[in-house]
Amino acid sequence: MSYKMHILVCGGTGCRASASKSIICRLEECLKDRALEDEVQVIATGCFGFCEKGPIVKIMPDNTFYVQVKPEDADEIIDEHIIKGRKVERLLYKDPEKKATVTDSKHMEFYKKQLRIALRNCGFIDPENIEECIGRDGYTALAKCLTEMTPEEVIDEIKRSGLRGRGGGGFPTGLKWEFARKYQSDQKYVVCNADEGDPGAFMDRSIMEGDPHSVIEAMAICGYSIGASKGLVYIRAEYPLAIERLRIAIEQAEQYGLLGDHILGSDFNFHIEIRYGAGAFVCGEETALIHSMEGHRGEPTTKPPFPAESGYLQKPTNVNNVETLANVPVILNKGAEWFASIGTERSKGTKVFALAGKINNVGLIEVPMGTTLREVIYEIGGGIKNGKKFKAVQTGGPSGGCLTEKHLDTPIDFDNLLAAGSMMGSGGMIVMDEDDCMVAVAKFYLEFIVEESCGKCSPCRIGNKRLLEILTRITEGKGTMEDLEHLRNLSHVIKDTALCGLGQTSPNPVLSTLENFYDEYVAHIRDHKCPAGKCKALLSYRIDPQLCVGCTLCARNCPVDAIIGERKEAHFIDTTKCIKCGTCKDKCKFNAISAG
Amino acid sequence: MSEIKLPQHKIDQLLEICDAHGNKPGELINILHKAQHLFGYLPAEVQRIVAQRLQIPVSKVYGVVTFYSFFSMTPQGEHPISVCMGTACYVRGAEKVLDEFKRVLNINVGETTPDGKYSLSSLRCVGACGLAPVVLIGEKVFGRVVPGDVEKILKEFE
Repeated sequence: MSYKMHILVCGGTGCRASASKSIICRLEECLKDRALEDEVQVIATGCFGFCEKGPIVKIMPDNTFYVQVKPEDADEIIDEHIIKGRKVERLLYKDPEKKATVTDSKHMEFYKKQLRIALRNCGFIDPENIEECIGRDGYTALAKCLTEMTPEEVIDEIKRSGLRGRGGGGFPTGLKWEFARKYQSDQKYVVCNADEGDPGAFMDRSIMEGDPHSVIEAMAICGYSIGASKGLVYIRAEYPLAIERLRIAIEQAEQYGLLGDHILGSDFNFHIEIRYGAGAFVCGEETALIHSMEGHRGEPTTKPPFPAESGYLQKPTNVNNVETLANVPVILNKGAEWFASIGTERSKGTKVFALAGKINNVGLIEVPMGTTLREVIYEIGGGIKNGKKFKAVQTGGPSGGCLTEKHLDTPIDFDNLLAAGSMMGSGGMIVMDEDDCMVAVAKFYLEFIVEESCGKCSPCRIGNKRLLEILTRITEGKGTMEDLEHLRNLSHVIKDTALCGLGQTSPNPVLSTLENFYDEYVAHIRDHKCPAGKCKALLSYRIDPQLCVGCTLCARNCPVDAIIGERKEAHFIDTTKCIKCGTCKDKCKFNAISAG
Repeated sequence: MSEIKLPQHKIDQLLEICDAHGNKPGELINILHKAQHLFGYLPAEVQRIVAQRLQIPVSKVYGVVTFYSFFSMTPQGEHPISVCMGTACYVRGAEKVLDEFKRVLNINVGETTPDGKYSLSSLRCVGACGLAPVVLIGEKVFGRVVPGDVEKILKEFE
């Protein structure tokens, strides 16, 4: 059956949370009512990336891009757009700069500078239908490897492409495969690290939800080149939708002879199993991940031996991250030279970033390496929310650092971010504005690290705890200037002596904020002030009687009834009742409430 | 900790789970996932049964249960509340939302209300950063929550 039109509805976690499932049901009902169900097909796809304006609905073939669609909009979309061919103006995206509506995604600022390689199929195909993936060149790279290339040739192609691991470390993928190939063993394993523990990063989940076959295909290619017949996906139990889609994809690939024994009639056998993570950030470290898969506590061990020599069940094991794998089939289809022509000298291809925080266009983006932070934040991201001032951007998650205004024109790649005191990490990018306190942000990350430290080595277990205690003191106005020296020294000791990647990078948020926001630390210590107005112990809220018009909005929103005042008269805050939640300040339309 | 009497039919189901995984120590995490699904949490009694069946020390099971944040040794409330404290939610004010839940319910993170109705936890990133700050109650997702919404949200579950 061939359909004349397709309605693509985002079925990613973000859009599902805002009712995309009911939109699909409603659209299907409407089509049925109008006897159009044989002509128009509704498809639940993976993430489109533009999460800020979700749920997203896209109409093909004309590429119309509808934003913030509600189930009750379904009738109008069918009657106006599908039947009469008129676009529903009010649901189109409005460019905030030009104040004009944009009909298709190609002309949106959000998409203009993007280049989607790892996300190529996300938002285009039904991830639960293997044929749609095959229709977009799925599994052709695997077929090419099995029929035309030797394992060495495949590894050579990946090496020449310059692909580096997207999970954080940036290790050359081809080299990793070569090591794993080198070791002789009766059994080897390919592991896909889908334990995305970095808070604020959701690219791996989106790839598995939107295009699970690209990961499966790449694992099979890796298996062929290193000589492994078994693959394991280690995935977070917190990602039920991704697990479900992956499970369906594995089943379908088996039915189509693309997984299992004698794949595509060759001598190559490859099977994939799913293993569940149970919420431990340290399991992103490959030795810890392997222990977790074996049923142990996910504690890391020293390398060497590297997993390529002795990994899962002491067999040679190759661990790659989801996004890294998603790049592999495209490289083999389009060639190493093509891939290497994108990006910077030492970082090739693209990188997916989860853009979040105080930014207008929250979402998932993929840009060529070498794109500047300014382009990402101001052009793709649409600038800072509510016209506030940009303060910092945090990259690399808890292992990364905060970059400032002066780094905005730095081209993003592995080496530049490292040189700037941060790191690529898995690609979380959290934008902060003038209202964010950088000491509190450093403390926030340290809390995370202290909670997630596995406790095996003392620099990480004890050192980070001491760092957190010092930071807590400072945010409570009890810090001393010597504390800053202690913070710095202790951070360097932890970096130099911790056992694994988690510990070695854990002081980065402290060091980078100390470096870039030293004055803010000093203000907390010397003046007992939090310049951003975030640290509760240092705050008291007050209403300026000159500016207050007595609209009562603050009093009505105060959760503890701490605001007193008559209508049309200046209000006051009862500081004995005030819990410093800041709701009043956020609500006030007259800027009459200040914290300090 | 007081002893809990587990119903026999649930113990049988638990043993079946262990058997289905071949009683292999390597399958411990997969077994615990299913056991938690069955009981809602992993009390000491459940851990003891699993250890016995897999012929491993109960300390090893306890070590794994306490290592991973997904496993819990306390029963959850009828409506488990999770406030996302991922970075994106944090910078958009999740801490204030969490504080408000603590204040309204008069419990701390990791606790359950005395009537067993609500339990409160914080989690790291559900990946719906576009809706930050995000609160999950059971399976239901609430996006762009401000402290003022908390009482309204809780009313839905009364």
